[in-house]
Amino acid sequence: MRRHRHGPNRFVAIVLARAAFAVQAQGSAVDEIAKYRAALQDGNPAELWEARGAALWKEKRGPRSASLEQCDLGRGAGVVKGAYAELPRYFADADRVMDLETRIVWCVVTLQGYTEADAKKGPFGGPDRKSDMEAYVAFVTSESRGIRMNVAQSHPKEQEAYRLGEKMFYFRGGTHDFACATCHGEDAKRIRLQDLPNLTQKAGAQKAYTTWPAYRVSQGELRSFQWRLNDCFRQQRFPELIFASDASIALTMFLARNANGAAFDAPAIKR
Amino acid sequence: MVKSRREILKSGGGMTLMALLVAAGWLKPGSAAAQAWNKSAFDAKSMDEAMKAFGGGVPAQSKEIVFVSTPDIAENGAVVPISITSSLPKTESIAILIEKNPNMLAGSFDIPPGTEPAISTRVKMGQTSNVYALVKADGRYFVASKEIKVTLGGCGG
Amino acid sequence: MADPMKIRANVVGDSTEVKVLMSHEMETGQRKDAQGNAIPAWFIQTVAVAHDGKPVLSAQWGPAIAKNPFLAFKFKGGAKGDKIQVTWVDSRGEKRTDEALIA
Repeated sequence: MRRHRHGPNRFVAIVLARAAFAVQAQGSAVDEIAKYRAALQDGNPAELWEARGAALWKEKRGPRSASLEQCDLGRGAGVVKGAYAELPRYFADADRVMDLETRIVWCVVTLQGYTEADAKKGPFGGPDRKSDMEAYVAFVTSESRGIRMNVAQSHPKEQEAYRLGEKMFYFRGGTHDFACATCHGEDAKRIRLQDLPNLTQKAGAQKAYTTWPAYRVSQGELRSFQWRLNDCFRQQRFPELIFASDASIALTMFLARNANGAAFDAPAIKR
Repeated sequence: MVKSRREILKSGGGMTLMALLVAAGWLKPGSAAAQAWNKSAFDAKSMDEAMKAFGGGVPAQSKEIVFVSTPDIAENGAVVPISITSSLPKTESIAILIEKNPNMLAGSFDIPPGTEPAISTRVKMGQTSNVYALVKADGRYFVASKEIKVTLGGCGG
Repeated sequence: MADPMKIRANVVGDSTEVKVLMSHEMETGQRKDAQGNAIPAWFIQTVAVAHDGKPVLSAQWGPAIAKNPFLAFKFKGGAKGDKIQVTWVDSRGEKRTDEALIA
């Protein structure tokens, strides 16, 4: 004898089916965005910056009419391949820790004879003006593609930079009392449709760091890691992160070293 | 192998005069200036206006026009990847029209014989909208459409 | 003069696949500058691709083609070492031609 033909079990089944459908719909939005990101991979305008950077690198410029070909990015003068995977690092000639952009500024000043102020001018390009720095970054980073991140911590100043960067990562401030960790310190955080990587976990840290610089579709420009940090500060309502400042280098050191072991996979393309 | 001028002029079809002259060897091939830019088509704000500019009637719906690997959602409307394949015989051209854009026509592609009737490019979309793939095949117009959602995305990435 | 294009052409079966990345602002004319004035439209209007001198694709574009345009298509034939030539002309009358060999 069947008593519960259309009873609670059927109701539960319907509710579960509805929930499953809702989950599916949400899942498919994520899938479609993944499809969008995949479709962008074929034909990355970052290659245009790489080509321009490669050409500019060899061009004789500045008061000294010299190229950047003899720039020492940490693996010896003239060695570009693999250099980005080891940055930031301590440079004895400058007696400080430098990230890629700081080091390029150094070479632009010491090899080509520009002033530091001129070398730091216009680091982020826009429709009205191209940025040579972004072209250099695209070129140099492309020469580290596929190479495992290997940022050292042997020099005391490298260790100090890492510690400072870590402090900065957790430091709450600004009008909204945000820290980097507010958005990037836990799993499964999201702003609208953007999944936020957890930078305190190895996998999240690696995925995030190894995909910058990137052609940002929404910017229509190739954006570097200095730009990324600068823009995070802006979004946190922090004071401006000065380009190639010690603070920017320290935060980069923290994030770069946390990505050690992962293959560098940039210049990438993002929304 | 240059076709005889008479053969080419007879084949006519959807080729513009300029394209015919290039094919006949009278204009340097690869010279993009050989084609006159169709201003009225690019000013069109509706499908009707676009069809008038193309000199065609109402396009027929066709299942032989497919948006291949074209995502339903674009994270940013500045770059929306679109791939269209037509399996209509004698496809001569493929055009992309975006309904809610200030001007509908994004671009049109002339497919000479020997070229696969499939193109991939990226367009700008101001907002979520229907996207039309307008194909001219054997002198007649056909269309397929797909809605693509545009979202701005969040602060990161 | 505009930056060079990136052209990749590869033999795939009995066809050649061509992928092109062009460097161009593709300004729509809708954007406003800081003073509120519309920035004039400036975009690639015509594109022509030739294989060893024979046209394999031509296109007419409007400003709704994305900045730094990407284009991919296939044509029958083509062999390693053949020349692919891409030309664009923009709304200012500026043009650019680049070549690559089929790989």
